[in-house]
Amino acid sequence: MKDFEEAILPAIVALLIAAIVGDVLILTFGQNPGTVYRLLIEGTWGNAYGIGQVLYKATTLTFTGLAVALGLRAGLFNIGAESQLAAGGFAAALVGLILPPGLPSLLTLPVYFVVAALGGGIVGGIPGVLKSRFGAHEVITTIMLNFVVLALLNYLTAAHLRAGDSLHTAEIHAGELPRLSTYAAAFHGSAANVTIILALLVAAGTWWYLFRTRRGFELRATGLQPAAAEYGGIDVRGVWWRAMAISGALAGVGGLNYVLGYKHYYEEAFASGYGFLGIAVAIVGRNNPVGVVLAALLFATISQGGLAVNAVVPKQMVDVLQAVVIIAVAASVPEVRRLLRRAR
Amino acid sequence: MTDSRSAPFAVRLTDIRKSFGPVQANHDASLDVAGGEIHALVGENGAGKSTLMRVLSGMYAPEGGRMEVLGRDVTGWSTAQAIDAGVGMVHQHFMLVPTLTVAENVMLGRELVARGQLDLARAEREVTELSQKTGLAVRANAKVADLSVGEAQRVEILKTLYRGAKVLILDEPTAVLSPPEIDELWQVLRQMRDRGETIVLITHKLDEVMEISDTITVMRHGRTITRLRTADTTPNEIARAMVGREVQLASQQAGIATPPSANPSHLPPAQPLLVVRDLVVEDVRRLTAVDRVSFSIAPGEILGIAGVEGNGQTELLEAIAGLRPVQSGRVEIAHRDATTLSVKARGDAGLSHIPEDRHARGLILDYSVAENLILGQQHRFTRGVRIDGEAMLENAQRAIATYDIRPPDPLIAARALSGGNQQKIVIAREMARSFQVMLAAQPTRGVDVGAIEFIHARLREARDDGNAILLVSADLSEVLALSDRIAVMYEGKIVVVLPRRDASEEVLGPYMTGVGAEHAA
Amino acid sequence: MIVLIFLAQTLRISIPYIFAASGGVISERSGLIALGLEGYMLTGAFCAAVVAYYTGSPWIGILSGAAGGVAMALLYAYTVIRYRADQVVVGIAINLLASGATRFFLRLAFHSSSNSPRIAGFGGEHAAAGMAALVGNPLIWLGIFAVGVTAWLLYRTPFGLRVRAVGEHPAAAVSVGINVARIRYLAAGLSGLLAAMGGAYLALDQHQFTAEMTAGRGFIAVAAVIFGRWDPVRAALACLLFAAAETLQIQLQGTQIIPSQFIEMIPYVLTIVALAGVVGRATPPAALGQVAE
Repeated sequence: MKDFEEAILPAIVALLIAAIVGDVLILTFGQNPGTVYRLLIEGTWGNAYGIGQVLYKATTLTFTGLAVALGLRAGLFNIGAESQLAAGGFAAALVGLILPPGLPSLLTLPVYFVVAALGGGIVGGIPGVLKSRFGAHEVITTIMLNFVVLALLNYLTAAHLRAGDSLHTAEIHAGELPRLSTYAAAFHGSAANVTIILALLVAAGTWWYLFRTRRGFELRATGLQPAAAEYGGIDVRGVWWRAMAISGALAGVGGLNYVLGYKHYYEEAFASGYGFLGIAVAIVGRNNPVGVVLAALLFATISQGGLAVNAVVPKQMVDVLQAVVIIAVAASVPEVRRLLRRAR
Repeated sequence: MTDSRSAPFAVRLTDIRKSFGPVQANHDASLDVAGGEIHALVGENGAGKSTLMRVLSGMYAPEGGRMEVLGRDVTGWSTAQAIDAGVGMVHQHFMLVPTLTVAENVMLGRELVARGQLDLARAEREVTELSQKTGLAVRANAKVADLSVGEAQRVEILKTLYRGAKVLILDEPTAVLSPPEIDELWQVLRQMRDRGETIVLITHKLDEVMEISDTITVMRHGRTITRLRTADTTPNEIARAMVGREVQLASQQAGIATPPSANPSHLPPAQPLLVVRDLVVEDVRRLTAVDRVSFSIAPGEILGIAGVEGNGQTELLEAIAGLRPVQSGRVEIAHRDATTLSVKARGDAGLSHIPEDRHARGLILDYSVAENLILGQQHRFTRGVRIDGEAMLENAQRAIATYDIRPPDPLIAARALSGGNQQKIVIAREMARSFQVMLAAQPTRGVDVGAIEFIHARLREARDDGNAILLVSADLSEVLALSDRIAVMYEGKIVVVLPRRDASEEVLGPYMTGVGAEHAA
Repeated sequence: MIVLIFLAQTLRISIPYIFAASGGVISERSGLIALGLEGYMLTGAFCAAVVAYYTGSPWIGILSGAAGGVAMALLYAYTVIRYRADQVVVGIAINLLASGATRFFLRLAFHSSSNSPRIAGFGGEHAAAGMAALVGNPLIWLGIFAVGVTAWLLYRTPFGLRVRAVGEHPAAAVSVGINVARIRYLAAGLSGLLAAMGGAYLALDQHQFTAEMTAGRGFIAVAAVIFGRWDPVRAALACLLFAAAETLQIQLQGTQIIPSQFIEMIPYVLTIVALAGVVGRATPPAALGQVAE
């Protein structure tokens, strides 16, 4: 019970603080907070389209959130989820353009999954290897690699792959994933697609890997106490690069949500912002895959809510609120733990 | 010497309470120290001595009680106030910034300024002057990272004197010193006392207490048990107060202990199970820490390594365990060249390792007892790719029952257990694996008396089962109590190896300080 | 002449980096990871632009920009010191906060989501005019001055000695009565001030604020801090190196010899290579990222 309190209280505190900051921002814009929050709820969970949009965003955030969470469990801060996500989507799009049109999803999905995981995994694995081999700090290398990889993908798209004058590739016609609206008409127009099921499966798999396998045992041991892990015969450097590669792969698979489920092409900057928000999702979700899924829904709601209220207050308000939630959670996690332990 | 009954108290702590979360480190602890005396504050590890002294030096605020220093009520003062009033503390873990010079460290917090800038030249001059005046030899412009332990401690004492300390607290100052350095320290402390300064010495070594102190306060479980005059008491009386029951003192125990080795001499000498040959290992600063060390250990033998801490023992064990690269030389474990094997491969070859630091290496504090009990052998508890949870739990229940680990809950985090029970986890795990060679580093550090005897018995059993054991302990009496042969390490070298019957504290002492090495060479 | 123009342009580009990296060095030497530099810069740029617009004075703008950066840095320091929040997480959140808040208030102040109106600033109409812009912009000289001041502060003053002690062994600092939190607040405040000056320079140099105008410069400054091994002078030299690469990119643009994206990568690739090789063995302040006891 205490563990549950320890997990959930920081999020509640953070939401309260965010609500207060939100009130202030709304008031500076001369609007009524009540009205704005009502709009926000109505525009997200108030109708099927809103729900669909939230689910779509939550799907990508689940992948980047899992990526960051798995890294943190190994004691590594993966700040490169954005470029890993982009690389995964790019790799999938490349293969999609090659595959003959009309292939059934059941056949192509495993291919896309592997390719996207590879794309993200390579981008994540590089800082992993740099850390294992040279001791280069992954926080810095992943940040730097974000810029490098995005520039590279932009170049490849602009120079070789773009359709006409656009910033995206041609459309893929092999094994696109159906939107939810195929099954429930109410979702019509929303981007939500069956990648969400993949996200849930991957979250479950991540949980299993972390908490039930030997590799997971060794990964978490390394994250908690590298010196003790080393003593326990664990190849710490191996764990590092593997964890970064898996982390990158998790983010990379997230690229399918956009490329295969939504637009059916790779587009510059489609990953923008999802990397940093993935950090937020992992932190709020306490690096636990279940928590990550819930936190992804929370941040997706806030994101989508920004669009819902944009007519009344600038949508940038929600960027501020997301930052406030991250800071407040980061600040209240240690504090809540301290207070609860004292109370025990 | 002043009569402590009539002299005004330099320090008077009354009913001090301080807790850390659920741990009550001090309840109603009291301390009276007269001016101009050397007062020993004694007690077992975890008795609350350091906490009480950190309260006195302003690092911790007490939750209750009253503090008086030199007749002034100073309850709950800050470190800065304590320093200003002349209370200085030399911590067990040095409070020196390794990247700064001696002079910079000494003036830190009291910086000398000339024309808006640090006056480093004057600081160095003053430190040198103070160093000459007090006989505490230090090099003012040396980087602290480059100092020896003894030198670093002298800097610590200088630091407090530079701040005009009239009450000097030393926390276990001899733990890292060699005997001649200890003698030097006693000389400095006596001079200070004779100048009228007051000294509080935290220690648990009774010979030190008898040698240097004028008065004694004994603490146990966070409380003050008694206050004694050194001249009127005996080591036995102090020991009784420390542990709360009659005990055999370690030195006496060592004299009578050591059952005859299970390696009777009429059998042909067996092939050694652990062979170390010309081993050279570097420390973190890339200086040679282990210098061409060679030895071997036969089945059914305990080789004890004696020596002042920091003479290469840590690096030697880590190199044998595979945790530290070897520059040159060779390690054989159970007749197999293990010099370049991984930690895991060494374990599979028959190596078991009780590491010296259970908090950093031996345990993953946030893992459960059950998980910690398979650490290092997780591949033996794996089915396919997953950890076999049932086997892990069974293993834990067995270990908990055999080793009386408390609380007996396999799922509780190791962090929540006491130090002694944590060490039992490590011992249980390392004893349970199949091994022929065991490295036991400080196997009873921070463990209470009852558990010490238990752990010693397990080590002897392992020896009697025909395993080779390498024991390293900072506690000379432990080395004497367990070993069949004793080697002394000094500055990275093994300077002497003696059979147990030829070894005693008197014989080993000179070797530990490097004096004996000249004879040996 | 070409060399001179190249050097002048390199210097102009390097100034925001130099300001931010100087701040980063102070922050990290005190034990606080400086991932929020980007956010301090952006806040500095915005506050400077708004105030310069309404007062018409670039100098008051600079002061306001600095104040904004200090406020952000203190928010960061407060959460990581008082509440022991993770420094990497909060550092990144500070950047998100600055990005969101500047665009929110941009719309509030100027009803635009992209840029402010033209503001008073330094330098002529054509910012790329070269030498004239150099001489005419006092912030350039202030930036060079900042490197010297930072080095002097760190190595020659009691405050600097304490910063170095606190970042290396905070418990030792506590034991001699130093208030570790206070030193770190001061170091953070200074880092916010310096980085924000770098941001203010951008706004005043371009005579307007545009959304996200720092465009990752704060991260380049972080790289320079590490590349310069936490030393102000070496960090400034790293800034010059990165700026030279960027200048090269601008000079080569349009020549089609190398795609611009590849030249864009140079500072980042250099940093990664440096981290892996040159700086791989450099030791950061021992207490970097750790919470004070």
